[in-house]
Amino acid sequence: MSPDKSGTRHFWQQRATAIANVPLVLFLLWFIVSHLGAARAEVVASVQNPINAILLVLSFASILWHMRLGMEMVLEDYVHEERWLNAGLLLNQVFIIVVGVAALYAIFEMFIGA
Amino acid sequence: MANDKSAARPLSPHLQIYRPMLTMMMSIMHRITGVGLYFGIALLVWWLTAASLSDGYFDLVQGFFGHWFGRLLLFGFSWALIHHALGGLRHLLWDTGRGFDLRLIEWLARANLAGSIVLTLLLWIIGYGVMA
Repeated sequence: MSPDKSGTRHFWQQRATAIANVPLVLFLLWFIVSHLGAARAEVVASVQNPINAILLVLSFASILWHMRLGMEMVLEDYVHEERWLNAGLLLNQVFIIVVGVAALYAIFEMFIGA
Repeated sequence: MANDKSAARPLSPHLQIYRPMLTMMMSIMHRITGVGLYFGIALLVWWLTAASLSDGYFDLVQGFFGHWFGRLLLFGFSWALIHHALGGLRHLLWDTGRGFDLRLIEWLARANLAGSIVLTLLLWIIGYGVMA
């Protein structure tokens, strides 16, 4: 860890998102389970409820941030070659951005009534 | 230099030296479930994206998750999520400087494992109730 306090920030952000994830994950599990085998119209109708839409966005924001930090830690623990570590950290960012944009776009599309 | 690999340097004892213990296995499981969830969330986003696209494509994805293999993936995902969440709660307790009594640690490890299995089964009983 560098002496610029980024380690401390990493630690706190990991904990803050972990705490936020507890209720958000409960919401997500409920959202998934209540739509098992559902028709598309039912899912779209649920996402058009603003509370659900907001909670979905918050869930993805908090979970993806937590995932990014967690994967950084795993990569730093196991990848010692600097080149590969940097490549891994970059891929991590790309994965998080792609998944995040896809999720946001899907929620937005349904919310405005696709 | 740190990069000089030619010298046979003594290594500190690593995982394979130790007798496997439940608390150690749970620590490893926390990391494995975390990495699994990292990739597993793509499935959730795939499902959401399908719901935003078209009836035909959404039915295809719902069909995949209705198939036994899709169900198995979902079951594994939900168990990993609950296991990682309970493990995270243990870590949050330890972050406050509490919960380091050895007997409590052992109990927490067992509760984490048993709780994740019980809660996952409960979730799926509710899930099948929703579908019925």
